[in-house]
This record gives sequence, C-alpha cells and structure tokens, in this order.
Amino acid sequence: MNAILILANLTFREAIRRRIVLAGLALGISFLVIYSIGLHFILIDMRQEFTLRDLPARQNFMNVEMQNFFMMAGLYAITFLSIAMAALLGADTLAGEINSGTIQTIVSKPIRRADVILGKWLGFAGLLGLYLLFMAGGVVSSMLIQSGYVADNLLNGLGLIYLETLLIMTITLMCSASFPALATGGIVFGMYGLAFIGGWIEQIGAIFQNPTAVKVGIFTSLLIPSEALWRRAAYEMQTPLAGVLGMSPFAATSVPSLLMVIYAILYLVVALILSIRIFQRRDL
Amino acid sequence: MSVAAIETEQLRKVFGDRAAVKGLTLQVAQGEVFGFLGPNGAGKTTSIKMLLGLISPSSGTASLLGKPIGDRDAMSRIGFLPEHFRFQEWLTAREFLTLHGQLLRMKADDLASRMDELLERVGLADYRNKLLRTFSKGMLQRVGLAQALLNRPALIFLDEPTSGLDPVGRRLVRDVIREVRAQGTAVFLNSHLLSEIEVTCDRVAFIRHGEVVRVLELAVLSTDETSLSIRVSNFPAEALSGLSQWGKDIQMDGEHIRMVIQSDAVLPEITRYLVTQKGEVYAITPNRMSLEDIFIETVGKDGGL
Repeated sequence: MNAILILANLTFREAIRRRIVLAGLALGISFLVIYSIGLHFILIDMRQEFTLRDLPARQNFMNVEMQNFFMMAGLYAITFLSIAMAALLGADTLAGEINSGTIQTIVSKPIRRADVILGKWLGFAGLLGLYLLFMAGGVVSSMLIQSGYVADNLLNGLGLIYLETLLIMTITLMCSASFPALATGGIVFGMYGLAFIGGWIEQIGAIFQNPTAVKVGIFTSLLIPSEALWRRAAYEMQTPLAGVLGMSPFAATSVPSLLMVIYAILYLVVALILSIRIFQRRDL
Repeated sequence: MSVAAIETEQLRKVFGDRAAVKGLTLQVAQGEVFGFLGPNGAGKTTSIKMLLGLISPSSGTASLLGKPIGDRDAMSRIGFLPEHFRFQEWLTAREFLTLHGQLLRMKADDLASRMDELLERVGLADYRNKLLRTFSKGMLQRVGLAQALLNRPALIFLDEPTSGLDPVGRRLVRDVIREVRAQGTAVFLNSHLLSEIEVTCDRVAFIRHGEVVRVLELAVLSTDETSLSIRVSNFPAEALSGLSQWGKDIQMDGEHIRMVIQSDAVLPEITRYLVTQKGEVYAITPNRMSLEDIFIETVGKDGGL
C-alpha cells in the first residue's frame, strides 16, 4: 500500500479511536435533534399564521422564504461545527506528534516527509467530508421530511462549505507544522474570526453602498477566504429575496465572485505545499 | 560487503550559536556492535537523529549502508528505537507493528509471521491485541524493540534501549543484540548503562562536546590488568608471598586480600593455590578496569560540562 494511503488510514483511525469524532458526532446529533424539534414547532406556527391571514399564493411564497431562512441557519451552524472539527483535528496532529516524538519512528521509515502531510490531509479530508455529509444530510432531510422543501443548488452550496472546511483544515495543518498545538488553535480561530468580521463589514458596506467597507471586506477575504466561501455557498442556496433583503447572518448580500472561489482553491493548494515545505525543513 | 554500515565525515549541527555536534567523524563496520558513549548533552541523540534524517546537519557528510542520509532504499534496511519512545497509543500491539511493517513496505504474509515471531521474542505474545495505552513503560520499550527489528535490518539504532527496563528486560535487549549481530546486523547503541555497553559492544566511541574523543576496542579491556579481591578467613600471612608468582601489589587487610593480575588466565591457578593453604576461601572476585573507569578518565569527572 502507498505510504500516503497508509498514513491517511492511520489519521482516520486516530480521530475515531481518540474519540474526537465521537465528541463531534455527539454535539452534531444534539444540534440536529434541537434543530428538528425547533423546526417542527416553527413550521406548525407558520402554517397556522399564514392560513389565517393570507391568500394561498402568498402563503406559499412566504413559506419558501421562511423555510429557506431556517435551512440556511441550520447549514450555517453545521459549517461552524465542521470548521471547529477541522481546527481541532488539525491543531494537535503534527505539533503533538513532533512534541511527543511519535513522528520519529514514522519519518525514519522509507517514506517522504511529504507523504506524512499528504496522508494526514487525505485522512482529515475524508473524515470532514463524512462529517459534513452526515450533518448536512440531517439538516436537509429534517427540512425535507417536515416541509418538503429543498434549497436550490444544494450540492453547489455543500461543495463550497466542504471547500471552506478543507481550507481551514489545511491552514491548521500548516500552522501545526511550525507551531505548538495551542498556538495553532489560537491562530486558526483568530483568522476565522478575522474573516467573519471582514465578511460583515463587507455585507454592511454593500447594504449602505459604502465602497471602502466593501474593499476592507474583500481584503480580509484575500487574507483568509473562508467566510467568502460561506457567503458564496449561501448565495447559491438562498432565495433571490433573501439576497436582496440581506440583513440575516445566514444570507449573502455582497456576493463573492467565482474568482474568489478559484482564489480560495489556490490558497488551499499553496497552504498545502507550504505545509510540506515547512515540515521538510523542520528538525524533529 | 565492503561498504561501512555508517560512515560520517565532520558531521556538524549548530542550534543557534551552540554547536550540539562539532564534527563527528566515525565508521561503523557491517555486523559490528558499536557503542556511543558520552555524558548528557554531548550530542549523542542529535548525532543519531542526523544519521536518520530527522535533523538536517549544518555541515559534513554521512552515509548509511553506502547510501547518503535519507536514501529510501537504505532506510528500508534500517531499524530505529528512539530514546523517548512514544508510539500511537490508541493502537494495539499488532496494529502498531502492522503500521510500521507497512511503512517498511513489507509483504503482508511476511509481516504477519514476522510480527508474531517478534511479539513472542519480546515476551508480548499475550498482549498482542491490547492497546498500547495500557502498556507499562517496559512493555512499550519491548514493543518498540520489536518495531525496530521488523524488517530484519542490516543496521539498527538503539537510543537508550534499556532505560525503562527491569533487569529481565535488559537481559532481553542484550540477548537480542547478540542474536542480530550473529545474523550480521550492525548495531549502533547509545546507552548510559556502561555495564550494558561493556558486555555487548565490539567497539565504543566516547563523545564529548559533540566530538569523538576516543575510540576503543572493547576486546582490549579483557586483556588489561585486573584487580583481584579475595575474601578469606584464618589465612596464614606467610602464604601471601606465594601469590606473587601470579601478580603484584599484594595487600592483606583483615579478611580481604587484594592484588593485581595481568590476565584472567591465572585465576584457576590462584584458586588452586588458595584452597591448598590453611584457612577458608569465601570469594575470589576479579575487578577489571571497568568501562566506567575509562569513561570517567576520558570525558572527565565533570562529565564534560
């Protein structure tokens, strides 16, 4: 078996055996349960309200808007959970193994150091993919079963959310190759926070038509394009009206261009290459 | 077979403004058990890590089994037990060995039989499906040793292999070293336990401040002068002079006789002589000039600090 696959498999098993995934799943399932119960009561309420006051055509229109809103809220929450999972998985991986010396018997085998990074990356990517699939599957099917609603461009949206998770994981891996675990966690959450604030400045700037604020937002997206990926994902899945109204944390008013998506992919590739380079030069 | 197992030329590592290894030049032949001795901080572990490609040298060259450092073909014929061994503790002993065997590109059936053989050899056969998390320090050291032997290496690095082990475990390591040596494996042994080195190694290098200050053939030790202590009771003082035909510096202090002999070969004759005299003989103990004596003489009492 190829060294990358052996190490990907090891990474995968480690996450499961060390119960990080279990913790993530426990949190995720709690979220899905609460979300589904909440959604259940909101939908009942909503139907009664609309039936009492409005015409059938308008009722349907409002229904879709509300369902989309709750769908996006759910997906936003699981994006955050997936990102937290990506950061937690990645922060300790290299830093911890370098610190404990576990890495020494691995690296002194007939493998390349790049194999170690690529193996870990692949293992985490698989794990995060499954996690996202499970969580998004939960939100989407909860909505589908309870209301019959499916968002437009769902797969595009989920793909972008996955890309965002992978981006955060790769940045974490890169930091973990140079810094201790705790510092890595701090840096990654700090960057995520920066992107979040930057995204909001851009949104507000777009609503009030302030080009400087929009530029600040774009600049932070260039520093770390994670939030931009979420907004692109939201744009793909949201109803046209939500995009125009905009004043919801789960909607995108200032829509990142496709160029930004390509930029994010390049960013990820560069971060991965840098992780390899840093790890290759590091004394273990 | 003429290539050296290890060959280094002025290998040097500088951390900041401190040279951890100043210029390591040494040769280890194939099939040789080579001891690497030195006080704490002399650069022993750094040297091993450079040879294994874990740390990149600041300057100098080295080759293992005739290949430059980091060569993957050479690495597949090398075994390594690190000093502060920490392994994937969420794996079972068998899973752990499987992982390392796979990374060594071993074939599945060979790996399976080799793994069972080694677990048996290091006394962990009953623990093969237990998680490493539940292992004691000594058991981890044993499974680490099995890991280092998986690929029937031509060269094996053991960095303080007996540090966590009880006397039984130490003997195991010693026996394993003898076995692999008999199979032609070169062993690079870094240890603080001089008595271990003394009984297992063919040659030792003394390291101080990251330089080889002395290389010693250990076979020499056994022919060196030996001080002999004899414990007797009611031994007639006049019989003492009879011992001078086998040695010198004969002294008697109560029940203890001390003398210096040239070789262990005279021991049977001395024993025969003693028992034919009046008085009782309780012990005859040769104390060779130990490696410890040489160590302190070479690196200094301050430990090279």
